Amino acid sequence: MMTPLPRRRFSARTQAALAVERLAAEASRRLGRGSGEMIGGKLALRIAPDALAEVGSNRLTACVSATNGKTTTTRLLARALGTLGPVKSNSGGANMAPGVLAALSKPPYDAAAALEVDEIWLPKVARAIEPRVVLLLNISRDQLDRSNETRRIAALWRELGADLRDTVVVANVDDPLVAWSAMTWSRQIWVSAGQNWTADAMVCPQCARLLHRNATGWWCECGLARPEPIVSVAGLGELMWFGRRIPAHIDLPGRVNLANAAMAAAAAREFGVDVEDALAAMRGIGDVQGRYQEVPLGPDGKLARLLLAKNPAGWVEMMELLNSAPPRPVLIDFNSQTADGRDPSWIWDVPFERLAGRQVLVTGGRKEDMSVRLAYAEVPHTVHADAEDAATAANDKALDVVANYTAFRDLLVRTTR
Amino acid sequence: MSRESATRIALIYPELLGTYGDGGNAIVLAQRLRWRGLRAEIVEVPAGEVVPADCDIYLLGGGEDEPQVLAADGMRRNRSLTRAVSGGAAVLAVCAGYQVIGASFPAGNGRVHEGVHLVDMETRRSFDPPDVPPPPRAVGDIVVEPDQRLGLPTLYGYENHGGRTRPLPGSRGIPLGTVRLGVGDGTPARTDGIVDGKVIGTYLHGPVLAQNPALADLLLTWVHGRLAPLDAPVEADMLRRARARALAGG
Ligand SMILES: [Zn+2]
Repeated sequence: MMTPLPRRRFSARTQAALAVERLAAEASRRLGRGSGEMIGGKLALRIAPDALAEVGSNRLTACVSATNGKTTTTRLLARALGTLGPVKSNSGGANMAPGVLAALSKPPYDAAAALEVDEIWLPKVARAIEPRVVLLLNISRDQLDRSNETRRIAALWRELGADLRDTVVVANVDDPLVAWSAMTWSRQIWVSAGQNWTADAMVCPQCARLLHRNATGWWCECGLARPEPIVSVAGLGELMWFGRRIPAHIDLPGRVNLANAAMAAAAAREFGVDVEDALAAMRGIGDVQGRYQEVPLGPDGKLARLLLAKNPAGWVEMMELLNSAPPRPVLIDFNSQTADGRDPSWIWDVPFERLAGRQVLVTGGRKEDMSVRLAYAEVPHTVHADAEDAATAANDKALDVVANYTAFRDLLVRTTR
Repeated sequence: MSRESATRIALIYPELLGTYGDGGNAIVLAQRLRWRGLRAEIVEVPAGEVVPADCDIYLLGGGEDEPQVLAADGMRRNRSLTRAVSGGAAVLAVCAGYQVIGASFPAGNGRVHEGVHLVDMETRRSFDPPDVPPPPRAVGDIVVEPDQRLGLPTLYGYENHGGRTRPLPGSRGIPLGTVRLGVGDGTPARTDGIVDGKVIGTYLHGPVLAQNPALADLLLTWVHGRLAPLDAPVEADMLRRARARALAGG
């Protein structure tokens, strides 16, 4: 199923761009400004706008896009593809064109690649590199003041699929926006990855009527309906896999991560990886960029498990994860900087009532907003100046910390340096 | 007017008009009644169903273009919201909901769509001549000084909309207030919102009643008569002080 790849010969312009990319990235790393992927990739694309197509096309690539779970799924997919040989990946989270270019621009140039791509950037990146497989997980509202129309993203993906003649799409049938966007592609692998959050997919993306739903599916009077999945999560630790039931265990917690693993395994199958080998390779990943990692926090070294929730859909997933274990204190670290979305009102869509019965501590730039939300949910809690102070007040030696984007990033820097 | 039965709070079409956390307004109203020992019931009206005419307060939130059109058509099909308002019910309509309760608003396709016409307001992308480019989307923190007649403290919120809204000639009602930070209606009068009888329209998300409990209590007294004072929650005072600090000089 794999065709031999042509030898790589880059244009002079692209070679120059790659040299600049390496220099800039190294300089930026030396100066301690992050991983340097962004700045190097940006410069390179300015010198050679076609560089992405040159280094990325005609090789074994897969792109992963979604509102939630793309980093984790990319990481799982990279592990699965790693059973075949070297794999490139933008594991630093730089998921726009420059970050993708940086990941692809180091030799060997025929290495496979698992690429996380921002939802809005996916059409540009995928048209350039023409990936073998694209994984589409979910679309929900996130950072509303950046891109406020979920349907617009689905429409962009739909157009993209019609253009990419040789790309297979692995798509989540439980998200109507995703399913609709995947229907134009030349071939689909339908996966039931679940949807905890339906509030952003109530209206038919095709005809704008209200969607009908029941326990197993969704459909519309216009004929749009949930496709029949060939892969689905059957329970905790089990998948329905092309007509058979198979055990499936990974180390990342929660049903949502098993669903991410199912999507990644379905994509890896397109590259010739057996599902058993794929799942085995995924085990051993205990954290993804610090998510699910346990770190010492505060002066008395409380053990804090770091969890990321940056929108209502993500919080509902976290709630399920928190409630699947004996209750520990939970610290909510909540910001509304630009990267988080400046509007914190989405926390009113989260059923915080479900936190009742455990110790709840609150901190972050918008701690007062979170505190009012919890007060109206009648969840007793305390408000703290910072996460370290809150950890000290936790009445257990281990706690869960749920942070949104910038709060998580800052916590990770403070606790792991 | 004290009552035995629960105050009924209708959340209209939350699937269509619930994109920006405005469902929180229902939670705030219900809790502020319960904390006073009164009964409250939140009635969610799913899209596609008839809006009941027997609720005390009706809430409409923000939403995207297509859902907004669906919502307006659904409410126009039966006139129960209009009947409820003439029967003394109160309305709080936010953002897309505010546009929907007006006479007309812009649909996504560039056309103008008919609203429910509870208030004499109209919304367009722009009221400037066609050769003037339409203004950018209004996105950010908003602070409004309410009309003195309402007896309310400063209103804090967040706005996220592409519309400009103005009263029709000879319209009834008064602006909710004067914009101190942000855009609001986006007209030269620098106002936001409308108060006409017991109907309030505004661009403030937040949710607006979570950040401004006095506005919540104003709505509740309209349908309930006098209410015992309620200091709770103290968290809301802390939030208002934090917003005032963060937005000072803005
Ligand atoms: Zn339809």
